[in-house]
Amino acid sequence: MKRFIGFIKKEFYHIFRDKRSLFILFGMPIVQVLLFGFAITNEINNIDIAILDHSKDATTKEIINKISASKYFSIKQFIDNEAAIETAFRKGQIKAVLNFEKDFGKKLVAQDKATVQTLTDATDPNTANTISNYVSSILQNYQREINKDAQLAFQIVPKTRLIYNPELKSVFMFVPGVMTIILMLVSAMMTSISITREKELGTMEILLVSPLKPFQVIVGKVVPYIFLAVINAIIIILLSIFVFRMPVRGSFILLGAESVLFIINALSLGILISTVSASQQTAMMVSLMGLMLPVILLSGFIFPISSMPFPLQVISNIIPAKWFIIILKGIMLKGVGLAYLWKETLIMLAMTSFFIALSVKKYKIRLE
Amino acid sequence: MNIIRYIIQKEFRQIFRNKSMLPIIFVLPMVQLIILSNAATFEVKNIKFGYIDNDKTSFSRELIEKFDASTYFNVLSAFPSAKIASSAMLKGNVDVVLEIPQYFERNLVKDKKTDLSLTINAIDGAAAGVENVYVNQIVQQFNKKAQVTLMLSGTPEVRPQNIDTIPLFWYNETLNYKTFMVPGILVLLVTMITLFLSGMNVVREKEIGTLEQINVTPIKKHQFIIGKLFPFLILGLVLLTVGLIIAKLLFNVPIVGSIALMYGYTIVYILVILGIGLFISNYTDTQQQAMFIAWFFMVIFILMSGLFTPIESMPQWAQVLTEFNPIKYFVQVMRMVMLKGAGLSDIYPQFLKTLAYALIMNGLAVMSYKKLT
Repeated sequence: MKRFIGFIKKEFYHIFRDKRSLFILFGMPIVQVLLFGFAITNEINNIDIAILDHSKDATTKEIINKISASKYFSIKQFIDNEAAIETAFRKGQIKAVLNFEKDFGKKLVAQDKATVQTLTDATDPNTANTISNYVSSILQNYQREINKDAQLAFQIVPKTRLIYNPELKSVFMFVPGVMTIILMLVSAMMTSISITREKELGTMEILLVSPLKPFQVIVGKVVPYIFLAVINAIIIILLSIFVFRMPVRGSFILLGAESVLFIINALSLGILISTVSASQQTAMMVSLMGLMLPVILLSGFIFPISSMPFPLQVISNIIPAKWFIIILKGIMLKGVGLAYLWKETLIMLAMTSFFIALSVKKYKIRLE
Repeated sequence: MNIIRYIIQKEFRQIFRNKSMLPIIFVLPMVQLIILSNAATFEVKNIKFGYIDNDKTSFSRELIEKFDASTYFNVLSAFPSAKIASSAMLKGNVDVVLEIPQYFERNLVKDKKTDLSLTINAIDGAAAGVENVYVNQIVQQFNKKAQVTLMLSGTPEVRPQNIDTIPLFWYNETLNYKTFMVPGILVLLVTMITLFLSGMNVVREKEIGTLEQINVTPIKKHQFIIGKLFPFLILGLVLLTVGLIIAKLLFNVPIVGSIALMYGYTIVYILVILGIGLFISNYTDTQQQAMFIAWFFMVIFILMSGLFTPIESMPQWAQVLTEFNPIKYFVQVMRMVMLKGAGLSDIYPQFLKTLAYALIMNGLAVMSYKKLT
């Protein structure tokens, strides 16, 4: 035991001696959380649009006012023929054009029906779709206003209640995701590098001939990183509470325990990577190339998993980050406890044991 | 000239000799391109929908059937009580719950007005907004139909004024997000491979000690940097080519614009990334430090590129920051050239900025490489 403690001490010395890495390790997550927490949103704001008004009457003017009053759009230009749309789109100055048909107001009164086209630049289909939805909801509102007097004989009114995030803050959606990505990559990358580094430098051989058991060597290497990652997690959680006003409606203890579980999961994935790669270069490329995009795209961090094609929904189940994001949102926003999150917790536990079992099996006591 | 050729030869040999790296460089990115391009959609569909029917009349069932028929909603379950429904929502089994009140039909006929209560999980605010619009549309339609079925003859018909919105999606009528995502993700993969490899390169030689051997040779600074850049440039272009072939054959992404322009821009762009990589490499002592820094910038470049979330929605200061994001320009140019057929005159602002960026970064890379240790 004393030997083991000595070994852990050595690892801590290693880490604390490298001031630069330490600075990077703690500085970067803070910068990233702050940057992404403020900057990333999947709503639209101030989208530049153009108006093509063939009618130019009181009604269209009123609608245009409504559109420009909303925070979603800012009207960049008025154009007067269809040909100008193409040029504007091609230059990328605007994202959408509202095209009011001729005699819009007159038709609305005489025929009870008038048409407006929303032309969107759908090279970015996600934004185009959102723009189109927002425009139609503004027009729906306007329609309700003008029909106040001529109400339908029957009215069914849905009373909507938005729960867990009534102000629709996108920070609530993204902070758990950012936290997950940072912890995942930092933990997996750190362990995989530190173990392969000893292999590459040749010091692994020295450790292997020491009286320490291989198992102790691995645990000893991981313990300091658990410590560092936990500090990182605490910093990120504090930032999300105090800077982004994220609530923690559930238990802090559970939040802490689940974070530690996720960190151990990521670290054991890092150990697994290190056992299969011979050099630091390979280990880093596997953990960076192999983890970065799948974790960002398949974890539900930005894109909703339920909208993905079915095979991808299945694949997303093997991404540990997906489960941790569900747990984080559950504890922080929904305020649920283990009674609701036992399934996700079990899955993470199972994954962790699987990674550890596999690395023990693959672990070689001898170097080639 | 000969010296540069030998350095290039050496670099290529080192890349191809490391057999465990080859699949990571060539296979992994392509597999990710094929799989992950399918994931990136904001479309809201398969909404997990549950309902509580306290009315239990044929009229209320008809409303539920409307949701069943809609392609957006995945009607999962009927909950016997609001309590069970809210527990299911906490578990995450359902995202939208519609509660139909008792005497729904009777009140509608009697009072001409009735409420429905709708609960939406709003953690994903944008999705919640869309879900609300979808529910309202269905209820609106149902309302109109109810008008006809329940209306007693003799009541004067009211004709509300309707504004029809016709959405037209240019350049991509079916809103196929893959045509947008495939070029974008290809850009990310090319960037990641070239940045990570170049970022590790010089510092690796430092760590192993071979850099010292090179330092004592008559190789000049710029020769060294050019020799290091060239192999990765070729690597990046090979990846781009394979990726474009996959995009064309597998995803049927239209390539409207000039391919020569695309390659011309890509060369300048990869030089920017390699310059950043070598700069990082020169300034760090260990591969670990280099990779942490490369990772830090990569995550920022990816998430602030406008590929996944729109740049226009970011706060002003963040939009200014994106001006320094090379991926942003590459995504814009690929999108404009491939999908819209933009020419050099359309993309020259991006082209010039990227060129300036490339000159600065590579200048810094040459300057920061010291032949002393």
